[in-house]
Amino acid sequence: MMELCHDLLVPLQYDYMVRALVVSALIGVVCGFLSAFVTLKGWSLLGDALSHAVVPGVALAGLLGWPLAAGAFLTGVLATGAMALIKVKSRLREDAVMGIVFTTFFAAGLLIISLTPGAVDRKTIIFGNILAIADRELLQVVVIAVVTLVVLGCKWRDLMLFCFDAAQARTLGLPVVVLHGVLLVLMSATVVAALQAVGAVLVVAMLVTPGAAAHLLTDRFGRMMWVAAGLGGGCALVGAYASYFFDGATGGCIVTLQALVFGVVFLWAPRHGWLAERRRARRRSGSGEAQEVLL
Amino acid sequence: MTTSFHDLTRGLRLEVSGLGVVYANGHRALSGASFSLTGGTICGLVGPNGSGKSTLFKSMMGFVRPSAGVVTINGGPVREALKAQVVAYVPQAEEVDWDFPVSVWDVVLMGRYGSMNFLRRARLADRLAVEESLRRVSLWEFRDRQIGELSGGQKKRVFLARALAQGGRLILLDEPFTGVDVQTEEAIIILLRELRTSGCIIVVSTHNLGSVPEFCDQAVLLNKTVLACGPTASVFTEQNLTAAFGGVLRHFHFERSTIQSHDGRSVKIMTDDERPLVFGKDGHLEYKDREGRESLIDERRRRETEAER
Repeated sequence: MMELCHDLLVPLQYDYMVRALVVSALIGVVCGFLSAFVTLKGWSLLGDALSHAVVPGVALAGLLGWPLAAGAFLTGVLATGAMALIKVKSRLREDAVMGIVFTTFFAAGLLIISLTPGAVDRKTIIFGNILAIADRELLQVVVIAVVTLVVLGCKWRDLMLFCFDAAQARTLGLPVVVLHGVLLVLMSATVVAALQAVGAVLVVAMLVTPGAAAHLLTDRFGRMMWVAAGLGGGCALVGAYASYFFDGATGGCIVTLQALVFGVVFLWAPRHGWLAERRRARRRSGSGEAQEVLL
Repeated sequence: MTTSFHDLTRGLRLEVSGLGVVYANGHRALSGASFSLTGGTICGLVGPNGSGKSTLFKSMMGFVRPSAGVVTINGGPVREALKAQVVAYVPQAEEVDWDFPVSVWDVVLMGRYGSMNFLRRARLADRLAVEESLRRVSLWEFRDRQIGELSGGQKKRVFLARALAQGGRLILLDEPFTGVDVQTEEAIIILLRELRTSGCIIVVSTHNLGSVPEFCDQAVLLNKTVLACGPTASVFTEQNLTAAFGGVLRHFHFERSTIQSHDGRSVKIMTDDERPLVFGKDGHLEYKDREGRESLIDERRRRETEAER
């Protein structure tokens, strides 16, 4: 028993591990908060597109010695702009446009990385490497997290209305274009932050799974935000911790854990879980029969 | 300018003049559309699918930039009216995400966001406005329900309550009667009449022809442009409707039908969905009930007897 306890505490003896745990949890909380908006706005796929589109930016930034966030942000915005332009100027559907744009950006990123060996580590970008996060990147993550939390904390009601009913937001005189932009910018920024933890391929899970699980657990938006943030932070913390024992696959651990939590919620959520819905359906048909008997 | 928006002693004024809208893909949705309305009035916006009803709505909400002409509300641009919380919009049921995690109370409170402070924290005045609006549409008991757990009629009333809480004076309703039971329809119409009495302009977009003469004072007939506008009885003629709808409408003639005089005899028409529009022998509109229209019927009777002489 003592030995087990001792084994479990081993990761906490290493500074790099403690740092990775704190940063992962922070990223998880921020992504979780934002995931409430992303899932309800129907931007999950856009999150996926963005997380791939930032790769060339990160590669270029690494090459030029810029902060990674700056490069990522630049190509993220470029990709969003390109998608909007193609959608307006063509008859193609949104999913096709997204598919084309984000793979193009991702491919460009891979090309840059492979043409400049040594400048940036391909594995770091694609799979993340929170255990070896540099001080400069750490600072970026903290800044992004604080800014995102402050903006969401102040304007979550406006953003909620924008997600729920943009037309109403507009008739109330709210600056819908600004709100749209704010949500996109926050998303790009958190994608960059999460890139460090889980890598480009898995970022979208951080931005979708906590919100989706929270949506099944509650009927109030305010509560949904907190639940999503808690799930995101908790999964990131425990996942990063567990990754010590799996030799560094942090992203894989965090996202697998999220998926497990989602699976449990999907089945057993008290009101909107699968089993609860089935129970309700059965009761409804049961009472229908009872009424027929009475008639 | 702004203060006059809420001057309850004077009716609101909506003016659409020479409005043309061309979308980015080159589709011309409206051209040369003109009409004006003065509150209080209930106006039906009628036209077939693709006739520009929703484009006209979007222009009145400032969502689309006109390529020609202008919409003014009390003489000022739409933008100013939006800022002053004058325009309220009641969406079609299909446009709403009913799984969104918000309660009835939350949705109605959203109507107050425009007049709240930076953080959108509800003050007492906001809560009172929400409560009053919910009571007016008889949804107070349902305030804690998630919106998806409501019946069709209740769903519609939530968004009506939101418009009330907002205090909008130009109220735009998009297909308010689809998927709504008759009782709710009547409750909504009573509410709209109350709003009319207080000087509001209520514009109802609908393709349900039969309901328009029942509750609209005025009608605007639309098909890519304004074909006719004015009092419902003068706009709703067979000629105008045929011009607007072309071959879309089905006609049923009751030759030598039993409706030949206004009292005593009646014909029952059953329809699966929408209320049919019924014209009398000489092309005048028939109404479901005569309440409030006695003078109209007296007038007709007088004309009939004169003609007989």
